[in-house]
Amino acid sequence: MPAVSKGDGMRGLAVFISDIRNCKSKEAEIKRINKELANIRSKFKGDKALDGYSKKKYVCKLLFIFLLGHDIDFGHMEAVNLLSSNKYTEKQIGYLFISVLVNSNSELIRLINNAIKNDLSSRNPTFMCLALHCIANVGSREMAEAFASEIPRILVAGDTMDSVKQSAALCLLRLYKTSPDLVLMGEWTSRVVHLLNDQHMGVVTAAISLITCLSQKNPDEFKTCVSLAVSRLSRIVSSASTDLQDYTYYFVPAPWLSCKLLRLLQCYPPPEDGAVKGRLVECLETILNKAQEPPKSKKVQHSNAKNAILFEAISLIIHYDSEPNLLVRACNQLGQFLQHRETNLRYLALESMCTLASSEFSHEAVKTHIETVINALKTERDVSVRQRAADLLYAMCDRSNAKQIVAEMLSYLETADYSIREEMVLKVAILAEKYAVDYSWYVDTILNLIRIAGDYVSEEVWYRVIQIVINRDDVQGYAAKTVFEALQAPACHENMVKVGGYILGEFGNLIAGDPRSSPLVQFNLLHSKFHLCSVPTRALLLSAYIKFINLFPETKATIQEVLRCDSQIRNSDVELQQRAVEYLKLSSIASTDVLATVLEEMPPFPERESSILAKLKKKKGPGAVSVTELEDNKREGGELNGGGERGPDTSAMSTPSPSADLLGIRSAVPVGAAPASAGSLLVDVFSEAGPAAVSAAVNDDGFLRFVCKNNGVLFENQLLQIGIKSEYRQNLGRMYLFYGNKTSVQFASFTTTVSCPGELQLQLNVQTKPVEPLVEGGAQIQQVLNIECLTDFSEAPLLNIKFRYGGALQNLTLKLPVTINKFFQPTEMASQDFFQRWKQLSQPTQEAQKIFKASHGMDTEVLKAKLLGLGTALLDNVDPNPENYVCAGVIQTKGQQVGCLLRLEPNAQAQMYRLTLRCSKDSVSKRLCELLAEQF
Amino acid sequence: MIGGLFIYNHKGEVLISRVYRDDIGRNAVDAFRVNVIHARQQVRSPVTNIARTSFFHVKRSNIWLAAVTKQNVNATMVFEFLYKMCDVMAAYFGKISEENVKNNFVLIYELLDEILDFGYPQNSETGALKTFITQQGIKSQSKEEQAQITSQVTGQIGWRREGIKYRRNELFLDVLESVNLLMSPQGQVLSAHVSGRVVMKSYLSGMPECKFGMNDKIVIDKQNKGGSSEEGGKSGKQSIAIDDCTFHQCVRLSKFDSERSISFIPPDGDYELMRYRTTKDIILPFRVIPLVREVGRTKLEVKVVIKSNFKSSLLAQKIEVRIPTPLNTSGVQLICMKGKAKYKASENAIVWKIKRMAGMKESQISAEIELLPTNDKKWARPPISMNFEVPFAPSGLKVRYLKVFEPKLNYSDHDVIKWVRYIGRSGIYETRC
Repeated sequence: MPAVSKGDGMRGLAVFISDIRNCKSKEAEIKRINKELANIRSKFKGDKALDGYSKKKYVCKLLFIFLLGHDIDFGHMEAVNLLSSNKYTEKQIGYLFISVLVNSNSELIRLINNAIKNDLSSRNPTFMCLALHCIANVGSREMAEAFASEIPRILVAGDTMDSVKQSAALCLLRLYKTSPDLVLMGEWTSRVVHLLNDQHMGVVTAAISLITCLSQKNPDEFKTCVSLAVSRLSRIVSSASTDLQDYTYYFVPAPWLSCKLLRLLQCYPPPEDGAVKGRLVECLETILNKAQEPPKSKKVQHSNAKNAILFEAISLIIHYDSEPNLLVRACNQLGQFLQHRETNLRYLALESMCTLASSEFSHEAVKTHIETVINALKTERDVSVRQRAADLLYAMCDRSNAKQIVAEMLSYLETADYSIREEMVLKVAILAEKYAVDYSWYVDTILNLIRIAGDYVSEEVWYRVIQIVINRDDVQGYAAKTVFEALQAPACHENMVKVGGYILGEFGNLIAGDPRSSPLVQFNLLHSKFHLCSVPTRALLLSAYIKFINLFPETKATIQEVLRCDSQIRNSDVELQQRAVEYLKLSSIASTDVLATVLEEMPPFPERESSILAKLKKKKGPGAVSVTELEDNKREGGELNGGGERGPDTSAMSTPSPSADLLGIRSAVPVGAAPASAGSLLVDVFSEAGPAAVSAAVNDDGFLRFVCKNNGVLFENQLLQIGIKSEYRQNLGRMYLFYGNKTSVQFASFTTTVSCPGELQLQLNVQTKPVEPLVEGGAQIQQVLNIECLTDFSEAPLLNIKFRYGGALQNLTLKLPVTINKFFQPTEMASQDFFQRWKQLSQPTQEAQKIFKASHGMDTEVLKAKLLGLGTALLDNVDPNPENYVCAGVIQTKGQQVGCLLRLEPNAQAQMYRLTLRCSKDSVSKRLCELLAEQF
Repeated sequence: MIGGLFIYNHKGEVLISRVYRDDIGRNAVDAFRVNVIHARQQVRSPVTNIARTSFFHVKRSNIWLAAVTKQNVNATMVFEFLYKMCDVMAAYFGKISEENVKNNFVLIYELLDEILDFGYPQNSETGALKTFITQQGIKSQSKEEQAQITSQVTGQIGWRREGIKYRRNELFLDVLESVNLLMSPQGQVLSAHVSGRVVMKSYLSGMPECKFGMNDKIVIDKQNKGGSSEEGGKSGKQSIAIDDCTFHQCVRLSKFDSERSISFIPPDGDYELMRYRTTKDIILPFRVIPLVREVGRTKLEVKVVIKSNFKSSLLAQKIEVRIPTPLNTSGVQLICMKGKAKYKASENAIVWKIKRMAGMKESQISAEIELLPTNDKKWARPPISMNFEVPFAPSGLKVRYLKVFEPKLNYSDHDVIKWVRYIGRSGIYETRC
């Protein structure tokens, strides 16, 4: 850079700035600026041309005024003129003005781009640098469009100066970040990689930033950079601290470059080439060794630089996760940092250890530091460090140390910061569940948790404990006893009352033998908490009471008394009142047998991903809980619940389960419940809809949802709900349509017509009677459709509905879910039979095949239910591969019968299915294939 | 109930901080500075609510006065107090500036203690305050004097002490008016009003009873009805309709309400007897006729004519016409017949000054403004404003009499020397162009 000559001091500018600084008030400042602006305007307007110096001076003043927050609407032209000056300082000011004040003014952009182009093609390195800096500073899309192709050329040209290369690399990086689509990869990419070998360290540092960014998007193009980076790294690491001269920072050779190299390597898997790998391992070892050496300087910069490299190396080691030796060494190194004076180091060490703990090689090594970490959790002054310590404890927990860690976390919880309590509670709950060998310990832990930090125990946590207690027979008695004891505390948390109410209601009989916890004592204990609780808890307790009546007939009189009292039966809360009334009636009218059936013990819950874990993940955002952990949990969860896996039992729905409690757990609510929650009158119709097809019901359009099921809600909007119930026998079908008026106003001239478009008329015969023209508000009317299948078909009949709502005519057309598969007749056959027929239907037209991605989960039970809903017979032990599904059926039409064979091959890894259909009629296989491909 | 009072300089540094109530914390000082004085956007509302605390501020040159409260107070009371506070300070040490506040901070604290008690405003009459808060150090007082102060502070006539004696009984009365106008380019009056004050300076012995009379329409009409023939008929033409008025606390309001007569025992020295506002039949002393022509994108021609519209025997003074210029002005050429005109870049305006101008005259200025072409939006053309001073009351107010009675001492109304003066000034006097 040429030295600034004395004449460039720009006295006028200095005077102006000092004037502004000396202004006593804002008004004075504005006055001064107005005066200056007028002066500049008259100068720019003046007839005689300004020389470069004054132009520069005035542009500078304008820039300063702009930076003070005033609008500048002139002077752009003068600044652009400066760009073409030959003096460095003038050019520099011009570029400065452009990069600060550039707007998308079309004519100026053209001029600016022209000037930049001239500078880029000049041989003067300082001018080239200025132009590149301007492009990077503006970094707009327009700039990228104009120069994205030019800069790579400058970057890789052999005769470019080092400083220009540096600028070009960073400029390209900036353009790539703003508009990656405009920076095209080309033959220059390979040459960019070779910049890693450049003599000039500055060029390497700049290039590596670019390469790291580019390689994240196109890893294959830059694969070769790995070996180059390794060799560069080893050269730096092995160099003596004085070798690199300018690039040695407080005795550490090129720390920034080293960090960037290590970070680049983290974009790639471990090198396959043995030599390269050996060299890299050597480097990493050297870095670890250096950390052990006594510091060469007491300065904080020295240790910062050293540690920066070390931490980057450790994250690379963790990223590779393949060198047990290195992992353990890294872990030991981090262990030293755990007790370091520097808070930042302790934080970083804990954070890195968290990731180390998930590696199988270093998990044990991490565990050796458990005491230190626990100590950190207790004594650390900085809350963020404590948070990391808690994370690490969570990560390092396994079967061997679970009890200790959970106990420590529980004891810490009593004094923990409010901000992290909820997360801590979730973690304790998860760990307790995950590593529970002994369920009494689990129950103890969770109850303790509720006792210590009741406010932070979210619903998921206590839902989970109930799920587990219900699914495990062996722990129920203990749980009942423990909650009974816990409830005896004079003040206990509402969540404790909830758990207690639920468990005693279910399993109170298990401890009723003891006179100290006789039924009446249990009831009185629960009821003593009743009045202090919120409405949902009271509702739950009422349900517990009715269960008591079933469990202990001797308490009936007492409980009925309680239910009968005004505060229950006339409670202002509808839910409580309804429960009180209904339970009272139930207990007084129903016989013991009926009671026993209605109030049967809750069936076990289906196993699924722990809702607590889901909550933790939601809290921390995706990626916080590693995948391995998840799988781990699934495995553990399976063990935990043993054989207790059943599909959700519909009887659970008719049991008076407290509304506030378990609906949350049952995230898969059967279809019938959806209209119920909408307050509709159609509940009765849909309550028997199969629960199996539920998860599919969510996203598909109305028509496709009904391919595999016969009943459900076809359509719903603010006004109208249409439900369907249908049955098919042979080639005949009957469909009941239920039209529900959801408004309070009547629908007038309500008419429905069913039509068969096109050739469907000849294939399908649909008969119906007209409906009544008036539908009262809130009422529901029914229509019966008789369907006869004449021959196979592929279209669907259309249902048209017209009515007047508040004067406005509503018109609606829907596809009726009548599909060819509805006329399936299942056929059972043996393996041999199946394959014989399969071979018979070998003509290419008879077969239809489709490979598609799974759009829903690949749950076995759901799949089976869907295939059964299709109407075919699901054949077991037919296919040699047990993963595959094989079905057979005959489609009954009036004219003929069409045999169909189906094979569905799921591929769990790829989340893909292959569906093959062979039918005796070509059109049928095609149509079925189309329909089914949308279902899975 | 004012919770506290702060005085800041233009940088937001606290010069005076006096907290009267516990509910105002120390952080309130900073809250006002951060949210009002240093606000990114200029705060235009004089009342700001920050964290359930209300700040009422007024600005005097570069000084901010802010009253703070947590309660729901009467805002006009707070502002009245702040204005009084300004008056008191001005009476004690002249202009309110950072320098003066710093030099007199002990005095200011003393004043604040006296005029606000636990946040409730007390006696803020300068005359009364000056008797016991003096600037000349401690003056030993006799018992008698002390008793007098007590009786005065607590007594019925708090604004005047007894036993004042003058050799020459003299009385000065100034009618000060400011006339506000907004006129369309075609000469239509869009809005106009006069706000006036009657300021008195009295040097009268004893406890005189004064009676002030002016050509108030209601009074005149009443007299006409009573049939007091000649005099009423003559001045009836010139009577004025007062829209609203306020009085100094010495005026007996009950008498004003019942008889519409203004009678009072005057304080000693300077005071403002009344304030009023009129909107009807205003005499507009000047008429401004603007002519603006845009010649292409780079030139603007402006011609402004002013006409004086009052008796030719009177002389207007300190006339100043301010013609705003566009923001992209690069040069101005001016020609004017009378006075001096100058383009002030720092204010983006042409300022034309005329020292004196008689009534029924006219004068004109023409300007050529050169512009720098920009692609910015069009110029908004702010109105041309004017300043002047005329020796009559634009509202038409006339003082009919001012009678002084002092039954205890031996001087009569005729012995009092009375001086009356009318000054009409411009308020916001604008003409759109």
